Amino acid sequence: MAIANYLYLSAILFTIGAIGVVVRRNAIVVFMCIELMLNAANLAFVTFARINSNLDGQIFAFFTMVVAACEVVVGLAIIVTIYRSRRSVSVDDASLLKQ
Amino acid sequence: MTTSTNLLLLVALPLFSSAILLLIGKRANSWGHIMATIVSASTFTIGVVEFFAMQGRASENRAVIQKLFTWISVGSFNVDASLMLDQLSICFVLLITGVGTLIHIYSIAYMSHDHDRRRFFAYLNLFIAAMLLLVLGDSYLNLYVGWEGVGLASYLLIGFWNQKPDYATAAKKAFIANRVGDVGLSLAIMIAFATFGDVSFAGIKEHAHHASSTQLTAIGLMLLLAACGKSAQFPLQSWLGDAMAGPTPVSALIHAATMVTAGVYLITRSNFIFDEAPIAQLMVVIVGGVTLLFGAIIGTAKDDIKKALAASTMSQIGYMILATGLGPIGYAFAIMHLLTHGFFKASMFLGAGSVMHGMKDEVNMRRLGGVGKFMPITALTFGLGYLAIIGVPPFAGFYSKDKIIETAFNAGGIKGVALGIATLFGAMITAFYMTRVVILTFFGNERWGHKDEPHESPALMLIPIGLLSVGSVISGFILSKGNGLVNWLQPVVNPLKEHHAEEFLSPVIVSLMTLAAVIIGLSVALLKYRGEQLAQAPEKVSVLTSAARRDLFQDDFNEIVFMRPGQSLVRGLLNLDYILIDGLVRAVAAVSLTAGIRLRTLQNGYVRSYALMMVVGALGLLTTIWVVTA
Repeated sequence: MAIANYLYLSAILFTIGAIGVVVRRNAIVVFMCIELMLNAANLAFVTFARINSNLDGQIFAFFTMVVAACEVVVGLAIIVTIYRSRRSVSVDDASLLKQ
Repeated sequence: MTTSTNLLLLVALPLFSSAILLLIGKRANSWGHIMATIVSASTFTIGVVEFFAMQGRASENRAVIQKLFTWISVGSFNVDASLMLDQLSICFVLLITGVGTLIHIYSIAYMSHDHDRRRFFAYLNLFIAAMLLLVLGDSYLNLYVGWEGVGLASYLLIGFWNQKPDYATAAKKAFIANRVGDVGLSLAIMIAFATFGDVSFAGIKEHAHHASSTQLTAIGLMLLLAACGKSAQFPLQSWLGDAMAGPTPVSALIHAATMVTAGVYLITRSNFIFDEAPIAQLMVVIVGGVTLLFGAIIGTAKDDIKKALAASTMSQIGYMILATGLGPIGYAFAIMHLLTHGFFKASMFLGAGSVMHGMKDEVNMRRLGGVGKFMPITALTFGLGYLAIIGVPPFAGFYSKDKIIETAFNAGGIKGVALGIATLFGAMITAFYMTRVVILTFFGNERWGHKDEPHESPALMLIPIGLLSVGSVISGFILSKGNGLVNWLQPVVNPLKEHHAEEFLSPVIVSLMTLAAVIIGLSVALLKYRGEQLAQAPEKVSVLTSAARRDLFQDDFNEIVFMRPGQSLVRGLLNLDYILIDGLVRAVAAVSLTAGIRLRTLQNGYVRSYALMMVVGALGLLTTIWVVTA
């Protein structure tokens, strides 16, 4: 199996994630799509590590996972707080910054 | 005290006194006028002391230069603030401080009812300081400081009663007309500096013959423009009539005896330039000739006693300017006429002030008449001044004016004849209008229409008038005795050079002709104004009379040629500023405002649209990198 297919998969996952972020309104779903994009990036990292036969990409994937874990913690906390104050997790309702 | 300290004191004393009076303010009200008069009198004392000291020195050592400090020192260009007292300046110092002191004394009484008398005296002292600096400066730049100073003092004093809008306007008019002349003076200084690299009188005199005739002519014409502005000569004469808005002592001191003669001083001082520039000299003669007739004609039609005297001043200074254009000997006679004129014109102006004082400030001669009975001393002194100005022997004007007429006739060729006739004609008109003034004011029926009898002025006013009228009787005789003034001025203007030119008319014939002209003018006036119907100015008058009443259309000319186009220009510039400059600024503002409104819609508050923008941006970036590297 050609190693390029992993890169195609990564690109497809990233695109799905990006479209999801742009299109969906539920904050949880948007959040999951962001995770999807991060994982697509991870996949690309490890693929490149494989292609170049060194471990830099693999190490970066670990970094990404750590950052993603932290981000999940903060992000979910924000979503829960928004839900508590507004009884909604739609990202369109949280548009106070426009004025 | 040494001469050098005295020179400094001459300028510093009145300047200091003026500063004190202006700074201390109302607290000096009770003693300000006395201090100012004492200061003025002490400058006169210094002047007299210096005069005798100068007489005691040999002719070649008479000029004294005192350096005060280095004023400008740039590369090879050095100007010192220096004072120079020579035979010419001492004449002016004595005239300014002498007449100035008498007028200070007169003003104590004349201005006694004015609650702002202290300010008046502060300005008078400022004027004395500036005028002394003008005549004592040893370079054109120092002269220029004094020149501007007297302009300022004149402006302040014409507009002294600036609560009346007319008077404030008159002050502005005088200032603006003077500015035109000042531009001439500054241009002359610049050309002189470019030509000689020096602006001191001594330096330029030394190198004058090295310069090209074009340069000298340019300097001469610019100096003439300056003289026209300050001395109210054609075509810048229109301000002098309106300058009579100032208190009468000011008219006597500044606008008759001293400041307006600064132009004559300037040309006489610059004799080394004019002697080498025949074209400029010719222009000087023309300006003088035109003004002397112009002023005389205006003088015949004025009903305001002060304006009639102002027109006469204009005309008499025309005589002086004309004389300065007639070469070396002319300078001496110009100065002689200037000094005698200083006496008789100041005396007559103060006389007019005395009449106004006794007549509730009435200046319209049609509403005076018969004042002589009530004010005998004023009438007598005015009469002496009158005899002096029309040139009846042996009064002062006879000596000085006849000399000018004689010099004009002897200028040679057609020019000489034309100038001679012009001056002779001027003398005739002078006799006419001055006789008219005297008859309308002091003789005939009483036309003032109120019951109060005029009263003679207090002694404090009559004494200065009396002293001045003594001067107007004897000064001509003293100055011309044994060619006194001519010999005195010899080292400065060299009047005895080329004096041996052939005489066209002998002095006796000229005197007889002048006397005849004076008698004609006088008789015409006597015949015309003996009637009783004088209370109203005649309505039906000749074209010339109505023109003379309007100052020979000088104001209309200025208005049409300079003021209206000037206003249009300013209005045009205003519109240009409004449309072009402001338009540009407003366009910039409008563009950023519109851009802001449009861009604001991007920030809609929806996270997904921001995310989309990020995606699009990232894609755009990637595409760019791909395109660039591919």
